Amino acid sequence: MKGSRDRLTAVLMLTPSLILVGIFVYGFIARTFYTSLTNWGSDPAQALARNPVLRFVGFSNYRELFTGFIDVRFRQDLVNTFFFTLFFLLGCLLIGLTLAILLDQDIRGEGVFRTIFLFPMSLSFIVTGTVWRWLLQPRGGVNVLPTLVGAEPLEFRWLTSRNQVWQFNWQDLPVYTGALVAVVLAWLLLSAWRQRRRGRVVAALVSLLFILGWTVGGTPGIELLPYPETHGFNLAFIGIIAAAVWQMSGYTMALYLAGLRGIPVELREAAQVDGASGLQVYRYVVLPLLQPITLSAMIILGHISLKIFDLIFAMAGADNATTDVPALLMYLTTFRGNQFAKGAAIAVVLLLMVAAVIVPYLWSSLKSEVRR
Amino acid sequence: MRKFIVLLVTLVVGLAYADGQLEIFSWWAGDEGPALEALIDEYNALYPDVEVINATVTGGAGVNAKAVLKTRMLGGDPPDSFQVHAGQELIGTWVVADRMEDLTFLYDEQGWFDKYPPGLIDLLSTEDGIWSVPVNIHRSNVLWYNPAVLENLSVPVPESWSEFLVFCPDIQAQGVTPLALGENWTQQHLWESVALGVLGPQDYTALWSQQLAMNDPKMINVWDTFGEILACTNEDAAGLSWQQATDMVVSGEAAFNVMGDWAAGYMNTTLQLEPGTGFGWAPAPGTGGVFMMLSDSFGLPQDVTNRENVLNWLRLMGSQEGQDIFNPLKGSIAAHLDSDLGLYNAYLQSAAADWKSDAVVGSLVHGAAAKEAFMSQFATVLEIYLSSGSAQAAANAAEAIANQVGLGS
Amino acid sequence: MTRRRGRLAWLPYLFLTAAALLFLVPVYLVVITSFKDPATINLATTWQVPERWYWQSFREAWQLLAPKLLNSATLTVFATVLSAMMGSMNGYVLSKWRFRGANILFPLMLFGMFIPYQSILIPLFQFLRDLNLYGGIPGLILVHVVYGLPITTLIFRNYYAEIPDEMVEASKIDGASFFGIYRHLIFPLSLPGFVVVIIWQFTQIWNEFLFAVTLTKVESQPITVALAQLAGGEAVKWNLPMAGAILAALPTLLVYILLGRYFIRGLLAGSVKG
Repeated sequence: MKGSRDRLTAVLMLTPSLILVGIFVYGFIARTFYTSLTNWGSDPAQALARNPVLRFVGFSNYRELFTGFIDVRFRQDLVNTFFFTLFFLLGCLLIGLTLAILLDQDIRGEGVFRTIFLFPMSLSFIVTGTVWRWLLQPRGGVNVLPTLVGAEPLEFRWLTSRNQVWQFNWQDLPVYTGALVAVVLAWLLLSAWRQRRRGRVVAALVSLLFILGWTVGGTPGIELLPYPETHGFNLAFIGIIAAAVWQMSGYTMALYLAGLRGIPVELREAAQVDGASGLQVYRYVVLPLLQPITLSAMIILGHISLKIFDLIFAMAGADNATTDVPALLMYLTTFRGNQFAKGAAIAVVLLLMVAAVIVPYLWSSLKSEVRR
Repeated sequence: MRKFIVLLVTLVVGLAYADGQLEIFSWWAGDEGPALEALIDEYNALYPDVEVINATVTGGAGVNAKAVLKTRMLGGDPPDSFQVHAGQELIGTWVVADRMEDLTFLYDEQGWFDKYPPGLIDLLSTEDGIWSVPVNIHRSNVLWYNPAVLENLSVPVPESWSEFLVFCPDIQAQGVTPLALGENWTQQHLWESVALGVLGPQDYTALWSQQLAMNDPKMINVWDTFGEILACTNEDAAGLSWQQATDMVVSGEAAFNVMGDWAAGYMNTTLQLEPGTGFGWAPAPGTGGVFMMLSDSFGLPQDVTNRENVLNWLRLMGSQEGQDIFNPLKGSIAAHLDSDLGLYNAYLQSAAADWKSDAVVGSLVHGAAAKEAFMSQFATVLEIYLSSGSAQAAANAAEAIANQVGLGS
Repeated sequence: MTRRRGRLAWLPYLFLTAAALLFLVPVYLVVITSFKDPATINLATTWQVPERWYWQSFREAWQLLAPKLLNSATLTVFATVLSAMMGSMNGYVLSKWRFRGANILFPLMLFGMFIPYQSILIPLFQFLRDLNLYGGIPGLILVHVVYGLPITTLIFRNYYAEIPDEMVEASKIDGASFFGIYRHLIFPLSLPGFVVVIIWQFTQIWNEFLFAVTLTKVESQPITVALAQLAGGEAVKWNLPMAGAILAALPTLLVYILLGRYFIRGLLAGSVKG
């Protein structure tokens, strides 16, 4: 009997936390979602009223964000986030992995090196942003470095350049999506072929042909915008990416290093006995074993980069349109533009993007834990 | 640890019994700070028991401060008194939301009705009352230059934008930037002077009541001219503050700069330059005889804890003495009509004379002309122009936003 | 371990040293700029060591930022301790008193640490206003405790999972109660767990910006907001923000250098599986 009382106590002790998280996470998200379906902010008399009277308008805020003429900035912000995430991940993973492998060579003074690579991680994005803002001043910092060896200073406007590369038409997005899906399907087809699983081969082939047909046929059924709209990668992001990689690549290094240390020595030795060279050991033994770590790192870094806010705020300011991201736009839309409902809609889109990355990860890692 | 608990207790208690405080919220930090500090010193001398909290948020034209102010209001913790531009920024944001207290009684008590220009009081009023006390008048459409530099370049002060565009290549050929420009909001600031210069005061004013459409052919002309002018500016504009843009003129890196007359305060008070010799000024090209005004004002939000302290602050700020302490340092002219012009420098005396004789229009960027909902989205219009380079696209976007927010109503 | 043979042994050192120098470039720039006389700062001499070391910037930055540092310290200490204690209790329950539904509740709770806080910001305002907690440090402490719960719970849960269940069972048989087991068995073993959690929460809360900038007023501003203000202002004298950046970074940097081992453990724990 006592055991069941203790069990009750246990649940009771957990309850306050559950209630708090329930309200502060799920209650508030629900509330934000509701707000995003109203017209809060479109009538100035209600925007900042003490008890605003709101009207339910359905998904019109979302429709405006994705198709509205004047919300082009939001769509560019999505593109910005995509490229930022891509290069930030690549940079962190490559540098992190390289440093970890180098440190794994039985290095004297490993502790010192590790401390140096990891210390930016302990700083706040605000400190990093402040420092890099100075480093990337248009007529100072990095740009005058060449003058130290007598060369001409660089002219690049790190944070304010309006140059855009890899431009594409927003209307073509379905085509790119189709092509991407086709590539994935082709890969599935190939692996099914190798494994000689006929059923899968047929299924993959049929869907591949369907997607190819749909894509080549001009993606019928989907029209994102009634007029062409160009988006691309803003070069002004290069500096932001560099600062973010500087701050976070030490973290991936630590993850990889922990992974490398977890690989049994016998495995590597066995490979060497079999005549594998140092490089081959890495290529065929070590790297495959590090794959789960790469996935974890991608997800942790990915959700950070989708949410990125403070770094850009401190580095380029909230107003700098060429380095804008949805998290900043939400802040500006809500608190400067008084468009609360639209700000809430941006926040919901942001949340969905993060959830798309995080939920499967939480799901799979906890499922494997239960199995264990 | 004890220390922290003590601090925490004082904080909590301080929130509950903050009778002896007055929190003044503004964006007058850094170089714009001394004027406000002088006024606060005067307040402290008059009311030594009140602790004044000078809450400033950096960022020119209040770009950051306005966001922070809204978080304060939403959080139910308004500052005791806050800086707000006279006009739509006050009326269209805070008065319509029923957040301000009517100050008509204060105007009666202080006899202010005939101490301020009637047109200015109109900007602060609705049918239901008067909602703030103006502290100054700034002019937005001023062209700044360094006389010595112009002489070297042998370029005259342009009287119209087309004249400026004629000289632009000459100036560039001499290795000097024709027009210094700064970050985002200063580009909007330049735009409003270009619009006024191209359209003239009637059409400019007609924009804000939607009597002139934002996509009228005249507006296409404005955007095209704006584009040509942008080609005469420094490439690193977006990374510079307005002071750094002003610095370019002072140092001779640039020939001209369009900025509000707080630039005179900066050059005179901070850089110690003499008006007339150290720096010169003229109305922005094509805007001679027109005074594009903005006015900083302070009001009394509802539900503040220190109401009496705020009223005393407003009494001081609205008085002739208070305004003559503040404005010579700030680089603006007093809103109060009894102001003693002898205290002001040569630039401000000339501005005061223009204020009396010129046609007056309101500034867009600084809250006087249009609803804040339009103004805050104007950045998007500018962004569309800068990224697409299409005057038509920008004009269409402006018209769409004007319709969306009901600009004319 | 693969032992590098002979001739190429220096190669990793070369790369590592080069990388380390690159990583330290920003540090070099911050330090020299913060020690320069503002009058001598100009863009062309950015990289040169100051001719005369100038300490005044630190005094000035200290005067400006000391109250904000104190705000941050108060906030961080209270929020860290509270969230660590609650996390320890939660971790204990979730690892040693598994009940039905826990496998659903726990991931739901964990999700809270990944959300972009923009998505709860607007209701958070209304909530804090209704509780009369907006604008001050107590409100901010509450917010940080709540949003810190998922990670502290996670770290303690994984940490306590290492304590053999048999020990708990044995205590139960000996008649120890829920709290008795916590006090006499679990808590005494918790010190390393607390160190990891406290370091993690300390750096997170000290470095946080979004809540700090939206939920405070000037008197209760934490250091990150004050620093962003200092650097984001108009005509910036760069010596001051650089000195300020050093002051703002020092506490977390010291924690990291002194307790780096645990810091890394916290980092790794942040990737869910631990």
